[in-house]
This record gives sequence, C-alpha cells and structure tokens, in this order.
Amino acid sequence: MIRFDYVRANSVAEAVTALSSPGTRALAGGTNLVDLMKYDVMKPRRVVDINRLPLKDISERESGGLRIGALVTNTALAWDARVAKRYPLLASAILAGASPQLRNAATTGGNLLQRTRCYYFYDTSTPCNKREPGSGCSAIGGLNRIHAILGASNSCIAVHPSDMCVALAALDAEVEVVGPQGVRTIPFPEFHRLPGDDPQQDNTMQADELITAVILPPANFGRNHTYLKVRDRLSYAFALVSVAAALEMRDGIVRDARVALGGVAHKPWRDNEAEDLLNGERPDETTFRAFAERLMRDAKGQGHNDFKIELARRTILRALMQAAAGTPQNQSDKVIR
Amino acid sequence: METANIHHIGNPTNRVDGRLKVTGAARYAAEHEASGLLHGVIVSATVAAGRVVSLETERALSVPGVVEIFTHENRGSGAWLDRNWKDEVAPPGHPFRPLHSDRILFAGQPIALVVAETLEAARDAASLVTAAYEVEQHCTELEVKRSEAYEPPEKRSGIPPPPEPRGKPEDAFERARHRIAADYRIRAEHHNPMELFATTCVYEGKDKLTIYEKTQGSQNSQGYVASVFGLKTKNVRVINHYVGGAFGSALRPQQQLFFAVMASLELKRSVRVVLTRSQMFYIGYRPETRHAISMAADNEGRLTSIIHGAVAATSHYEDYQESIVNWSGMMYHCDNVKLSYGLAKLNTATPCDMRAPGAAVGVTAFECAVDELAHEAGIDPLEFRKRNFATLDENMGKQFTSKALSACYHQGAARIGWERRSAEPGAVRDGHELVGLGMATGMWEAFLMKASAEAKLTPDGRLQVSTAASDIGTGTWTILAQIGADALGLPVEDVTPMIGDSSLPASPVEGGSWTAASNGSAVLAACEAIKQTLFKHARKMANSPLTAASFDEVVFLSGRIALRTDPDRGLSLPEVMHASDLDEIRGSGKAAPKLLQMRKYVSYTHSAVFTEVRVDRDIGIVRIPKIVCAVAAGKIINPKTARSQILGGVVMGIGMALHEEAMTDHRLGKIMNHNLAEYHVPAHADIADIEVIFVDEQDEKVSPLGVKGLGEIGIVGTAAAVANAIFSATGKRVRDFPITLDKIIR
Repeated sequence: MIRFDYVRANSVAEAVTALSSPGTRALAGGTNLVDLMKYDVMKPRRVVDINRLPLKDISERESGGLRIGALVTNTALAWDARVAKRYPLLASAILAGASPQLRNAATTGGNLLQRTRCYYFYDTSTPCNKREPGSGCSAIGGLNRIHAILGASNSCIAVHPSDMCVALAALDAEVEVVGPQGVRTIPFPEFHRLPGDDPQQDNTMQADELITAVILPPANFGRNHTYLKVRDRLSYAFALVSVAAALEMRDGIVRDARVALGGVAHKPWRDNEAEDLLNGERPDETTFRAFAERLMRDAKGQGHNDFKIELARRTILRALMQAAAGTPQNQSDKVIR
Repeated sequence: METANIHHIGNPTNRVDGRLKVTGAARYAAEHEASGLLHGVIVSATVAAGRVVSLETERALSVPGVVEIFTHENRGSGAWLDRNWKDEVAPPGHPFRPLHSDRILFAGQPIALVVAETLEAARDAASLVTAAYEVEQHCTELEVKRSEAYEPPEKRSGIPPPPEPRGKPEDAFERARHRIAADYRIRAEHHNPMELFATTCVYEGKDKLTIYEKTQGSQNSQGYVASVFGLKTKNVRVINHYVGGAFGSALRPQQQLFFAVMASLELKRSVRVVLTRSQMFYIGYRPETRHAISMAADNEGRLTSIIHGAVAATSHYEDYQESIVNWSGMMYHCDNVKLSYGLAKLNTATPCDMRAPGAAVGVTAFECAVDELAHEAGIDPLEFRKRNFATLDENMGKQFTSKALSACYHQGAARIGWERRSAEPGAVRDGHELVGLGMATGMWEAFLMKASAEAKLTPDGRLQVSTAASDIGTGTWTILAQIGADALGLPVEDVTPMIGDSSLPASPVEGGSWTAASNGSAVLAACEAIKQTLFKHARKMANSPLTAASFDEVVFLSGRIALRTDPDRGLSLPEVMHASDLDEIRGSGKAAPKLLQMRKYVSYTHSAVFTEVRVDRDIGIVRIPKIVCAVAAGKIINPKTARSQILGGVVMGIGMALHEEAMTDHRLGKIMNHNLAEYHVPAHADIADIEVIFVDEQDEKVSPLGVKGLGEIGIVGTAAAVANAIFSATGKRVRDFPITLDKIIR
C-alpha cells in the first residue's frame, strides 16, 4: 500500500475542489477502493473522505419517482419502505449482491463505481489495459470464465460486477453528478461505457466530478419484475449472468419491456431494439426465446466463458417467465422457480 | 452407583477455550506483542522459473521506518545441509530454503523481506522493491507433465506405497460381464484457514527466542528453528496456544517462521511476519490429481477387477507423496487389483497435506467409479457396496480392529430416505429441479502415535494435564480436560489442560486425526500414574477404608477414591494429600503404536455419506438440501466437538464437489484467483441440513481410549456422494471436479 494523503470534505463544494487536484479519489464506504489500494491496484495520492456530506437521504421527487442520495448505504436503500414497495426490482438486485456486512458499508454512489473483478486487473504482476493502459489484456487467451460475451474489445473483456446497477439500468435511472461546472444528469445507459480502446475509463464521469444522487423515474414495474442472478455458489459471488427483467403488462399483453443483463459486459447490458420485440406480444415462452436469441445475437465467447452465451439465453427466458407470472425471484430462497 | 458428574467422556461438552475465543481473549500468533517489535513483509517473485538478475531496493530503503531489506545477497546464514532443513513431516527431496539463491522455482517464491518499524512502512516499502529476472521456461500444467510421471524413488515416511498387484486384473477386466473405464480429474485446492500464517518472534537475548507461531506442531517448529539456525533447542520456545484453522497447511514450518527468526537473529530485535492471503496460495496445497480407473463386476455385481492409477503434482525440489490409490484395494473385496501412483514435477511450491490427504481425492474418484459400475450392472449403488463388503484389509491381509460400516450404511440410508431413490437417472422432477440421491463410502486410518503427557494433582483437588499437542480448532483443549476429569473423578472445570507450547511433554504434530487417540491416551496414562500414587497413600492412612483393597477394587469418582463395591466408603483426594503431607502428585504417561498388534490388525475409521441434490435442469445450479454422514469412529469423547469436526469435513467435501479450485494461468505459471472473493469455498447458503450420525463401535484394540479420531473422515467420500447424486438427478456424469454449473449444462 502506497502512502497517501487523507482529507475530509465538509461540503460537496469542498469535495469537488479536492477532486480537481490530480490523483485524488473520493472515499465513501471504501468496500472496493480500500481493497484495491491494499492490492496496489489503485494508488491515489490523496483520498477525500466524503462520508460527512449530506447525501444520505431518500426523497420524493415532485415529478414522481425517488431521489437517492449518493451516500445512502446499500442496506438502507434495499430496506427503505418506499423502495421495497415501489421499486422491488431494485431492492431485490441489491440483496442479491455481496454480504450484509458489505451492504452495510457500501454506498449508492460507490456501487456505481465498483471496479471489475477480472483476476488480472487485481494482480499487479500481470499485464492489464484497464489497470495499466497499453500493457495488454491477459484475460484474452487466459483465464476468462467470468468475462464478457457482449461489447468487449481487443483491449479488454472485463465485466462490470454490480447487481444494483443492472436493476438501475432496467429502471432507466439517472445519475446526478456535480463538478466544477455545476450539476449534470447522466442517463443510466450513458453512465457506464464499453471498453473500446481505453478500458481504463469505466464510465463517463470526469475525474473532478462527484456522484450526488441516483434518480428513479416514476415507472417502477412493481408488479411484473424479477432479478435473477446465476453464480458459482448460492451466495456471496459475482454474477456469471444476471437478468433484471421488468414488464409493464395490460390485458395480457406486454406494453413496455425492459431487460438488463449483468455479468456479460463492461456495463449493464440493454438492447432497446431487442426489447421492442417483446412490446405488444403475449408473454409466452416462444416470444421470450426469440427475444433471448436476439439479445445474444452478437455474443462472442472467449473460450472459458463460451458457456455463458447459452446460460444467458436460459436465464433470460426463466427471468421473463418469472416476471410475466408476477413471481419474482426471492433472494433468500435459493430455488429458482 | 456412578454419580452424574462422572463420564465426561461421551458427554457433549462446551469448549473449555470457547469463551476466550468468542471474547477475543485468546491470542493468536500475530496478536502477541513485544517491545520494539519490527514488522516484516515478504516480496514475492512474479515469474515461475528463472533467476533474479537484480533487485532494486533503494526506493524501498528510503521509506522512513525501514530498517533492513533482506535478499538472497545479504540474508542471514542458515544451515548448510539439506537434512538440517527437514522438519518432522518433510517429504523426500531438498527442502525449500527461502532466499537461498537467485534461483526461482515457482511463482510467488519469496525474493526479499522488508523489515520496518511499522507494518505500514514495511508494506509501503515492499511495494517499491522491483526485480529483474532472467526468465526460464516453466510448466504448471499437470496435463502436460502427466506423461512424464515417475514413481517416487524415495518413499515419504508414513506413506505406504501402493501394494503389489494381486490376481490378474487385466484379464479379469477383459472377461467381465460389466465394466467401466473412466478418467477423473480433481483440481488443486488450497487450505485457506481463516487465520493468516504468522510468526511473532520475541528476541530474548543472545540466541534465545520465544516464538508465537501458527503451527500444528510447536516442537516441529522448534526443532526446525534450532536446526536451521544452529540454536540450542532449549533456547527456542515455540508457543501455539490457539490456531485459527490449518487443515494441514501448518504441519510444516512455513516461510514466515524462517523470515521472522532470521530477521530477529540478524537485527537482534523482535520481529513479526504475517503472510498475505495471496501469499498463502504459494506455500503448499492439495495437488491436482488425474485418475485412470477401470473396474469390472460379474453377473451378481461382485467386483472382479480394480485398476486405479493416479498421477499427482509435486514441486521441482521435493517428492511430496500421499496415499491416494491404496484405498481402492481395501474398500471392497476384490481378488484382482492393480494400483499405481506417480508424480509429475511442476513449477509450484511443494504440495502439502490437506484434510484427509490422498483419501480425499483417491476415494472421491474411486467411489464415483464404483457408482458408475453399479449403474452399469443395474444394481442399486448401496446394495452394490454391501455385496462387495471387505471383511479384511486385502492390501495387507490383516484384520480390522473394528469396522461398523454396515451400521453406517443402514442408519445413513434410513435417515436420507434411500428407498426414494429412482434407479433411473433424471427421472425425478420437482418444478424446474431434478432431484437425485447419491452415496459413497469413506475411510481413514486410525493412527496411534508416540506421545507423552504429564499430570499434576494439587491438594485443592485441581488437576493439570499437559502435552505439547496443538488445537487447530478440533477441540483438543476440551477433550483432554474431559479425559483427565473422568480418570480422577473430577468435575471438568477442575481440570486445567496445557497444550500449545514446545516446553511441554513430547507430542507429534497435530494431524492425521491422531491427536485424540495419541495425546488423549498419554494423558490417560499420566492420570493413571497419579491414581496409583493416590491409592498407595490412601491405603496407608490411619483408619483407611481402603486398607484391604487392591487397586482394581477402588474407583475414583466425585473427587474421591472409594471402594468399587461400596462407594460410600472412601476418602476425598484432598484428604489423602493432606494426610500424606503431599503438595502435589505428578504422573507421566506415554502412548505408542502397538507394534505387536499391528502385525495382525489394522485400524480404520469408516463412514457412509448420503446426499440429496437438486439441480436446476436449465441453469445447472446445484443445491444440497440434505447430507447424512454416518461415521464409525470408535468411542466419541465429545459428541459436540466431534460433530463439528464432521460438519467441517462435509462442508469441505461440498467445496471439493462444487466450488474449490486453484485457477492457474499456465502461460504465466501463476494462480490467478488468489483471494477469498474468487477462490470459492461454500458460503452459508450452500449448506443446508447436515446430519451427523456416530454409530456405536466398540474397539478396545485401536487405542487405550477406544478412540479413532475424526478430523479427516468427514471429507472422505462427501464429494463423491455429491457427484453421484448429481448423476442420479441429471444422468450427467461429471468427472472433472469441482462440478461447476457450466459442466452440467454443457
């Protein structure tokens, strides 16, 4: 662990000022940043502790929906009565991730900024374009069982590890960030990015910007939804494939379908064109299969992760069946019904 | 006329060290302090083979607080001869010498030790040490080296080589009605005990050290330090009161011990060295094994041929060996058996014993193959095993001192509901899940090792029992108190066990499931000596009710020595000691293998493991709602800690079946999932109902206590029972462990 300076911000403005000096990182729950610092993967010169900032509230928005402060913990968010009732998909996705101890510490903003769990990213003795741009990607041709099948590039095949973000992608959330130029709002699909030639960049935030809130639109898909996560053990593992499915149904017909995938790409994966295949259709197996097929049309395996393509098809199908039936996956019960 | 406070043996007893552990009062190796303590952090090699050409340490040395950086160029000198580096359990070969030269034999090998006034400074500086290597070709892939496997020329002490072939296994196979041939692969596993490997070496003055060390054998570490550094044994005291799990990984002295001691002697300061979790992936592991098994049976399902060949990985510098295939020649009756075992050298650290070494993998592969043959023959796998029951150890032609395996089969089958099992795989469905039942037999040797103990009784009626045993979480503290309490008829609270200290009476390392039988029997013998002394004095007392009695006619109960036929007539122990003017009574005792008996008999623990699994038919997720592990292990001293041992073994077996695997990037020669986020062990959610049954088994031959030991048996057979249940559920036979979901949906 390299020595670093520690400052504590007492206001959002102070935090933004602190972030404008190079090599500074914001510290919230620390569940990922501190790990990465201990492994010498991230070496900030300075850490600005934002835990005292007034970003811990969940509030109603005038136009409907909720505004979630960036420092609301994952636990507080998942068990908030309004979230549990109106956005059960989000609560479910959060509870599918990590462990109670980690969720108690991890924050909403921090969850968005989790780094990949690629083995090579974590091991500083191996080449990794995300950790050290230009050094190469060891996962290509290496151990890539947990890696991307969609949207990968020749520089990086890492996946984003969050569960919560998969639900936020399905819910069309927005991310509120503040920087020296003021506040801006980033639609969720534009927040995380694909690796392209610069995989060191996980998202579209600037280095001197700070997440202040996540905004949930009014549409909540409270009735027909599920978060189905498939992993190598029944708890406390990152997703091999996860599916957040949300359906708006009227008269037995799908009117608005949202399907986001986790564990398959550098960002939570959505395909609006594919989703259109579902709209106006009956929620049956044939329709869902065709959709899953379409969603995986451009999927590409790397060897060890080839199985993920078929696994994703099957998981999408099951998730859509669960959502359509109004029987979402229970995160405590490990039976996938 | 026995009162309620006797018979601690057999009574579920809370851990005597439990309160200390849950309150944090129990101190582990890295938690001991010393004045002026320095902190050492190891720098590890990033290549798997070659030479260190240069080490850049200047930047690291400039970090404030750094005291010294040791490399192969300036390390303290150790012993010259290989034999001085060999610990009690070392396999044949050249033991690893940290910083011995510039040569790199495996990735993760230590290349430097940074010592600083604080842990933070040492870590900071360690991250700044850089090395230039001359890289040589390496190989870490067993599949590549499998064809070069060789029979180890020198055998490891205590590990029997495979027996000579018997009968005509090849001919019998060719002629047989039913036969199977299958290759099994079990990937490398790492122990990953919760406690990190740590040594706090307290410098007590010239050439005198007190060492708090994570080890399964304080005297093994003591001997190693004395021998490597040329110190007098009496000047090296090793203390390991509490050990946060080990599973075999702390049987041999590990790197941190060498580094802490070397730095301490060089700098004449106290030094602590703790390995990181990642570094623990490079100090020893359960080697990957490949198994080629062919078996055959006749019309009635009687085994006519068993051929089991295994190849296991070892390092370039030692021939680590374990007993992998021998089990296949003794678990069932069969006249035609051929077993073989070879090693292949890889650029890794030397593997080391991990819970049920050899049996955990050998029996897994073999018991899956037995299931395959039973299926091929159209016979229920439990019935198949019963038909082939071995009444003798056919490898050695010796009798078992006891073998209550039939009771394990019977009771285990009843508890899992074996009659529900469908003979047709994949036939039982519940919603999206396929349901299957599987079983396997388990076996582990019941050892009795040389061990010594002392006991001391004081006039306040308190007993102290001591032996240099270790308690790695197994419950040794508690059972020794129970044994002492029963021997002298005292409440268990009045017995103080003393273990985990090299200055105590001689003990082997804590491994092989032999501690309860060996150290327990030594403690029992020490207590017997005290009883003899007490009796002698009691008889001599004026108006003693025992004057006319012989030793056989007295009992020790409720703190008294009394007539067996009339327990009201007796004397309290303090009364005897006061009357005889004794400040204390000491006794010593020993346990040792019964060499004469061993000419005719062998002793083994047996088990039958039954599992129910549920497999999602589309997604391949496996759940294990119930496992029953029925164990025949002689007398059970403490059913509470005994059950915990079996539960732990079963959980580890589930890990072997479904989760655990070191993932090596063979291009780099490096393990890549070297942390507990990516190296998966079962989580709580993976564990549902585990039922442990101890069947009644009387065995007066196995050890003076009638005890067989329990540390290993829980894992043996469990992975096979899970795999066999997955076959029953899905019809899919996965022969590559762990059985991750991709192998099921493939």
